[in-house]
Amino acid sequence: MVFLRALDEKAQHLQRAGRIGFYIGAAGQEAAEIGSGFALRKGDWMFPSYREHGAALMHGYPLSSLVGQLFGNSADATKGRQMPNHWCDRSARVVSVSSPVATQLPQAVGVAYAAKLGGEKSAVIAYFGDGGSSTGEFHVAMNFAGVFKTPNVFFCSNNQYAISLPFAKQTAAGSIAVKAAAYGFQGVRVDGNDILAVVRVTRDALERARAGEGPTLVEALTYRMGAHSTSDDPTHYRSEEEVEAWRRKDPIRRFAAYLKKEGVLTDQAEAAVAEEAREEVQRAVAACEAAPPVPPESLVEDVYAEMPWHLKEQQEWIRIPVKG
Amino acid sequence: MATMTLVQAIHDALALEMERDPRVVLLGEDIGKNGGVFRATEGLWARFGSDRVIDTPLAEAGIVGMAIGMSLSGLRPVAEIQFVDFIYPAFDQIVSELAKFRYRSAGQFTAPVVIRTPSGGGIKGGHYHSQSPEAYFIHTAGLKVVMPSTPADGKGLLAAAMRDPDPVIFLEPKALYRTAKGEVPEGDYTVPLGKARVVREGEDVSLITYGATVHVAEEAAAMAEEEGIHVEVIDLRTLWPLDVEAVVQSVEMTGRAVVLHEAPRTCGFGAELAALIQEKAFLHLKAPVARVTGFDTPFPYSLEKLYLPDALRVIGAIRATVNF
Ligand SMILES: Cc1ncc(C[n+]2csc(CCOP(=O)(O)OP(=O)(O)O)c2C)c(N)n1
Repeated sequence: MVFLRALDEKAQHLQRAGRIGFYIGAAGQEAAEIGSGFALRKGDWMFPSYREHGAALMHGYPLSSLVGQLFGNSADATKGRQMPNHWCDRSARVVSVSSPVATQLPQAVGVAYAAKLGGEKSAVIAYFGDGGSSTGEFHVAMNFAGVFKTPNVFFCSNNQYAISLPFAKQTAAGSIAVKAAAYGFQGVRVDGNDILAVVRVTRDALERARAGEGPTLVEALTYRMGAHSTSDDPTHYRSEEEVEAWRRKDPIRRFAAYLKKEGVLTDQAEAAVAEEAREEVQRAVAACEAAPPVPPESLVEDVYAEMPWHLKEQQEWIRIPVKG
Repeated sequence: MATMTLVQAIHDALALEMERDPRVVLLGEDIGKNGGVFRATEGLWARFGSDRVIDTPLAEAGIVGMAIGMSLSGLRPVAEIQFVDFIYPAFDQIVSELAKFRYRSAGQFTAPVVIRTPSGGGIKGGHYHSQSPEAYFIHTAGLKVVMPSTPADGKGLLAAAMRDPDPVIFLEPKALYRTAKGEVPEGDYTVPLGKARVVREGEDVSLITYGATVHVAEEAAAMAEEEGIHVEVIDLRTLWPLDVEAVVQSVEMTGRAVVLHEAPRTCGFGAELAALIQEKAFLHLKAPVARVTGFDTPFPYSLEKLYLPDALRVIGAIRATVNF
């Protein structure tokens, strides 16, 4: 959690300084991210949304790839194709992020179905926000998962806002978790700022999925403390008092207080962890930022497995630019 | 006259039409309190109330479907899709429903919905915030497709679209929202749909374009002038139904045509323009119609500059056409 906060702070700073183009932060949601990511096992699949870099790191997505992706240069394993916050790593089974909200959910049902078919004991977690629960894809995915009894965990980080729209503008139901009932499986609401509770609930849901007991919808109740993205100004739509009230429920402070009370953490150890996190982030940034830009010819690569004539022709125009 | 940016001009058209016609309602994501992510609806929620400026759940199919229903009962809905890249969940509602009501009911039902949406690249938005999908909509019978390139046209064309009896897809080149500044007539002002604008006269080559690339065309025309080539620049303004006469007249005079857009090349609108010119002005042509376009790849993040046609690529095509 501390590491994720440090990464977020650094990335916001990089964006403000114009060194990266854009960033989506997760401050306030660390318990939901890290807790759910921690509950995963190797071999499980993850369909993140753009805010789940913390969960992706927990699931084996390498930090160097993550930071490289922010720069979109040749340190980016995906060749600078997408904006920051759109990661993937095949070997960790972290599936490529798309911007259109909730499109990943039916795909996650497909992967889960294939796992079941292949007799694999793995589960598939798919992340989305409260806004995502309004989309057609959410309902389609839930329905399919219920019908096919697939090993899915639908993990909703209900951070109270979809850009400017408060949760009450997404649903009249008062809770996301209750929606599972309509699709014939279990929904669980958990305090998303309590990391231990998140680990417990997610682990149980994953276990049930692996045991062939079907899908679960988890709703982690949390709060996005910062802006929606670096292009957003939350002062347009919410009050400082509201943010302050949630700041008091900060998942990092809360867990630290608990650990100190239990005598497991000291102030010095806490400071050391934060310092170590900042240094590691700094090292990764320094290594990635120095990489050269992606080569222009790569523009037309990976559209198809084999490059067709028209793209070969277009690649020539890149080499001799003014032919147009 | 007042000097405005494109986004201010669009705001002006929305405010004036809402005032003039109580049937006008706006709906979309984040358009209320937040004033839209590009601020096109800023202040309208406070001024006209939440019954006429409606913040919807995150579901484009819902936005367009609901707008269709409102229009069937006599309202004049203007739906905002936050980025055109997110219009696809509503694609079925647009191409199978919105576009078909008049024809399938032989005019008993009509759906005069305006869908406003930011389109195109140039803002470092990566794949999902940069696409130019105009061809899909032009290809769909029953829709009108409009794209302004100046603030005055932004206001005048949008007001005309809101009074038009047919559905209009109103594509706003987001790269111009704040960069295009100009004089805009005050008060009630419309620009008729279906009429192109000659941006600059010239007798050697017709350069036909629309939206953000109008400004690229002007730059290329100025460069060509220095080489003694006089370029006529035509801004189509309404892409469909096309002002085919304006295009044919110009090409008959110059005998040469270059079509320019940032959307991908294959089956792009430029292909249709080239075919029409070939059909209607074949005997006047002194050179094949040249196309300057985006590439046949998904829109890239890091290589955006390379992807987007610039004046150098356009001048290359102009020279090739003149020297054919
Ligand atoms: C289909 C679609 N419509 C609109 C958008 C623009 N948009 C990006 S994020 C967002 C809000 C999403 O909110 P939520 O699902 O609650 O996730 P959060 O950002 O809160 O994590 C919107 C409207 C989009 N990406 N995809």
